[in-house]
Amino acid sequence: MTDIDVNKYKQRQKNLELGDEIRPDFSMLLTNIGLNQDRDAFAEVFQFFAPRVKSYMVKLGCLDEMAEELAQQTLLQVWRKSQLYDSQKAAASTWIFRIARNIRIDMLRKQKHFFDADFDLASIEDDQEDAEFKISREQKNQYVALALTELPGDQAQIIRMSFYDGLSHSEISKQLEIPLGTVKSRIRLAFARLRDSVYLETGEKA
Amino acid sequence: MTIKHHLSDITLGAFSAGSLSEALSFVAASHISLCPICQEKQQKLEELGGAYLQNSESSSISELALQNVMTKLDEHEQEQDFDPDHSDASLHSSTDGVSSLGHGPMIAGPLQNYLPDNLNDIRWKSLAPGIKYFAISDLQTNGGTLSMLNIKPGVKIPEHGHQGIELTQVLKGSFSDDVGSFSVGDIADLDDDIKHQPIVGSDESCICLIASEAPLRFTGLMPRLVHYFSGM
Repeated sequence: MTDIDVNKYKQRQKNLELGDEIRPDFSMLLTNIGLNQDRDAFAEVFQFFAPRVKSYMVKLGCLDEMAEELAQQTLLQVWRKSQLYDSQKAAASTWIFRIARNIRIDMLRKQKHFFDADFDLASIEDDQEDAEFKISREQKNQYVALALTELPGDQAQIIRMSFYDGLSHSEISKQLEIPLGTVKSRIRLAFARLRDSVYLETGEKA
Repeated sequence: MTIKHHLSDITLGAFSAGSLSEALSFVAASHISLCPICQEKQQKLEELGGAYLQNSESSSISELALQNVMTKLDEHEQEQDFDPDHSDASLHSSTDGVSSLGHGPMIAGPLQNYLPDNLNDIRWKSLAPGIKYFAISDLQTNGGTLSMLNIKPGVKIPEHGHQGIELTQVLKGSFSDDVGSFSVGDIADLDDDIKHQPIVGSDESCICLIASEAPLRFTGLMPRLVHYFSGM
């Protein structure tokens, strides 16, 4: 495995739980929206995610007004698709990320596209998830988030630029003035490290 | 069908992030719809995207935003000017995203919208002796190329390298090159590190779906092929 310090993770996990930012259980809220059309739950999800989805859109080059519009569309989709949400299959943040991403792609292309929301959200079954499935998606997602903060700076930067800022590898290479091969090898390293970290925590390959 | 060749982590990452060009995404989606391994990896990568979203700083949002959305909750979807589902309704109409056309090649979900129901109805154009092509032009490829190649058994594609990503998915038959042997469902995810000389090994013609990045920035297989054969 790697030299990742398990106790450090446990401590950070604890800090996260005890810290100022005690976050609501979003997957429970989404489930509740799906089952009961719970508007209070929706408002709570909206207050947390809409500003973050807006940031995401801004980072990807949307102007403020458009970013806000897309954030509202994303959350509206969250309401409409909520019956398809299954907390066993995806953490709330993963699910909302997919919707935001698809809305952005659709906006950009204004064309038929193939990120079918239903396909993304409902049809990816994970057959391996049986009784032995010990750890909830939500928890695992936290480990991924923690593992991200543990990445070496240069890897974290590239993963962020590639994954979150939506830059192509050649754009990253230009912006950072490093060779394309270096961009690629850092991404490979980062992926391998993330896999190891999540594996360490969950006994499950990420 | 056993899939042996998969999308690279890098391509899958870009696809999951939504930053892969449309032409490349088309071929990637075609492969993913057939490949449980890549589906699972995609899910992991989307978890990464979710983690970033959850941990990102929040932008200030208008006080009226929530109210605005709340008033829309009861509206019917068709009243919205934006309906991301609309264009997708028929995309993955079969549950597994795949339809098998008799003895013909497998048509993966994303392909169904853009191709005739039967591959025999495709109007191939001749590119070179033993090689025909069909450009998928309905799709906005953003300067990249997206087409299908139909190559006769035994035909050898001239050795070439790649600049930028080039994705090739086998729909029918097989080919092999220095990397290995590619049959139905397999995807060759090649970048500029790789030089190869594919040869169609199956007894039947090999039909591939092939996409490359913008030819303005990169020279893909197609322009090279044209160049090579026009000199014959």
